[in-house]
Amino acid sequence: MLIGRVIGHVVATQKAHSHRGRKILVVQPLNLDGSDRGEAVLALDAVDAGVGERVLLTTEGFSAMTSVGRPNSPIDSAVIGIIDAVELIDGAR
Amino acid sequence: MILARIVGTVVSTRKDPRLEGKKLLVVKPVSPEGADESGYLVAVDTVDAGFRETVLIVSGSSARNASECKDRPVDAAIVGIVDSVNLDALHEAELIAARKR
Amino acid sequence: MLLGRVIGTVVATMKNESLVGQRLLIVQPLNRRGRDTGKPLVALDSVGAGAGEMIYWCRGKEASFPFLPAELPTEATIVGIVDSLNIPKEGTSVSHAEDPAERRI
Repeated sequence: MLIGRVIGHVVATQKAHSHRGRKILVVQPLNLDGSDRGEAVLALDAVDAGVGERVLLTTEGFSAMTSVGRPNSPIDSAVIGIIDAVELIDGAR
Repeated sequence: MILARIVGTVVSTRKDPRLEGKKLLVVKPVSPEGADESGYLVAVDTVDAGFRETVLIVSGSSARNASECKDRPVDAAIVGIVDSVNLDALHEAELIAARKR
Repeated sequence: MLLGRVIGTVVATMKNESLVGQRLLIVQPLNRRGRDTGKPLVALDSVGAGAGEMIYWCRGKEASFPFLPAELPTEATIVGIVDSLNIPKEGTSVSHAEDPAERRI
């Protein structure tokens, strides 16, 4: 799992049936120092996350599909938690 | 599986219910020689690991085979606390030579 | 899933039997600003996407799931056509409905 920030959302009418009724979030994965880690990804929302929130992002199929209750569907990442705090030992950034 | 060092914790109240009661730790991959490598992961702890300890991480769908992780949305799990890493003497000699170069 | 734009198609007469009848599209991955990032790749299409459209695609084994019960050999599949991309803080708002000219290459 990675730490990410919700930066927006995508609207799509024509999409996989299994994606219906779930918000498609644009999530920017973050490094431990808060900087961007690679490109933003699209993730289905399992916890009702909002723009600006720091979230727990899973990038593995089963975890993603089951968290939104859609097994055997084309979902490779999902937001499965809203992060309250990250505590790090000194120098870990 | 990779070796990693525990560098932090993640606190999340609103999360997938199947993650409730699970300790989420921030780990940084390390080389077998113990050097920090780039990147990080958030992993579920199954062995009561503590700060700074070197641990064994299983990632991907196999992470759910770890006990307490079955059927949970887990893509990285801490499955062991590393007591020691023993490298082949020849490999070590090569490493030392490489460092000198 | 990642954003992308359909920039072409691949025609292959000789292909794995399980791919017969499938459209092979060339997808250019896009970043959060809707700009090109990384190298184009070939993806299957499960939603009827067309050239120039902004889409989102799925990676990995999950990419084969839209075609179940058939098990297709794909690790990239287009699973949605983007109507609009909204990133409020950066002011990114790409809506295909507003500017259809932009949408076609």
